[in-house]
Amino acid sequence: MRPATLPIRLEEIAGDLAQDRATPRATQSLQRRAAPLAAPAAQLRLLKAVPLDADFDALAGATLKPAALEIFQVNLGKLCNMTCRHCHVDAGPDRTDAMMDDATVEEVLAAIRRSGARTVDVTGGAPELHPRFRDLVQAAIDAGKHVMDRCNLTVLLLPRNAGLVDWLAERNVEIVASLPHYRRPNTDAQRGDGAFERSVRALRVLNAAGYGKGDPHRRLTLVSNPAGAFLGATQASVEREWREGLMRDFGVSFDRLFVLNNMPIARFLDWLQQSGNLESYLQRLVNAYNPAALDGLMCRNTLSVGWDGRLYDCDFNQMLDLEIDLPPNGRAGGAHVRDFDEAAWQRRRIVTARHCFGCTAGAGSSCGGQTA
Amino acid sequence: MDTYYKSQHLADFPKISESSPELGKKFFDYYGAVFADGALTAREKSLIALAVAHAVQCPYCIDAYTQDCQQKGADLEQMTEAVHVSVAIRGGSSLVHGLQMREHAKKLGM
Repeated sequence: MRPATLPIRLEEIAGDLAQDRATPRATQSLQRRAAPLAAPAAQLRLLKAVPLDADFDALAGATLKPAALEIFQVNLGKLCNMTCRHCHVDAGPDRTDAMMDDATVEEVLAAIRRSGARTVDVTGGAPELHPRFRDLVQAAIDAGKHVMDRCNLTVLLLPRNAGLVDWLAERNVEIVASLPHYRRPNTDAQRGDGAFERSVRALRVLNAAGYGKGDPHRRLTLVSNPAGAFLGATQASVEREWREGLMRDFGVSFDRLFVLNNMPIARFLDWLQQSGNLESYLQRLVNAYNPAALDGLMCRNTLSVGWDGRLYDCDFNQMLDLEIDLPPNGRAGGAHVRDFDEAAWQRRRIVTARHCFGCTAGAGSSCGGQTA
Repeated sequence: MDTYYKSQHLADFPKISESSPELGKKFFDYYGAVFADGALTAREKSLIALAVAHAVQCPYCIDAYTQDCQQKGADLEQMTEAVHVSVAIRGGSSLVHGLQMREHAKKLGM
């Protein structure tokens, strides 16, 4: 199965994942299942075919304008030790086909150094599985950036990542860890049986390294996604309950909670369709459209770089192949990170489609949590 | 009317105000205020509503508050426990009346 050109270290990592029996897995990637929805174009077609009396661009287009660049988000690729049911990336242990190569890593680092972004947000897949993960984090720290690692928690327990938490802690890297719920049932429903228990073990490792205890240099942010076809809870309203529940039941603490909505793309879209919830979920998002959520949306202040170096307004557009729309006087091939020009980026038109209703529903939803 | 309960009634609930706008507004304003975060969290109130929905056996309320509880971050175990609270109160309410039965029986019996 593996491509002959796979760099040796990536090949080793993929081999380890193939042997890994400890990490729970909820499903398989759409690509592995050869599902039609593995193709982004098929996802966009399905979304467009749903009868909805609402046009995102007409509602939000005039308001949704670029802001100053704050977050440089790098997606290192789709390789992951887990296969959560709601994954918008269609990540999994089989996804060695979509991993950032060395030349692109160097181009990303050069763009980070010349960008005005204060934060470098590293995501995937499980970014910690990329052979150049530590190089990228170190270079971003050396460039004076705040680094966020979007972590699935269980990846920290893999033998190959022994010592990684301390390494990250020494560099003040913020851990932004996905945990669907503070109790077992909904967490395991979304991520596979046993995922909650391993997530709690990883949280204990993080706490032991000083994360999640109010130290701004060891910040542990938890990210919750609803386990089903409903919107996320109000962040501020449930944070106390999470804090009390995790401490009471497991002696675990964290610094802040982000609650996100599930985007109707990739595996969550597939689940919506299979479970008969697609139309009602999209209608729910439209009914909950909240213009107050627009101002804080990540697409305004975030550059999203894909594993192949192409540029997007957000990680969701990235997964749908909806590339950045730079002004016509931008250089040819300007949508690649090697040509990243912040001034031209400022003049872009933010690219939207129906999935964007996921970010404007209810209290809003972005990489930085709720926005309204 | 061919059936008494229709799921569309839930979405149409605000239409009840059409024939009495002033009372409708008062009711819905009050309703919204009741369920806001207060001394109890919105989630705690939603779980209470779910339990009461089962006590009054209202299909509209069961539909609405199942989704509302999920959306407020409650899981199926927590929601099932809320239903058992309703069951315990309903069952206990029947059972405690057994003491009335006992008093009557003792009075009449030998």
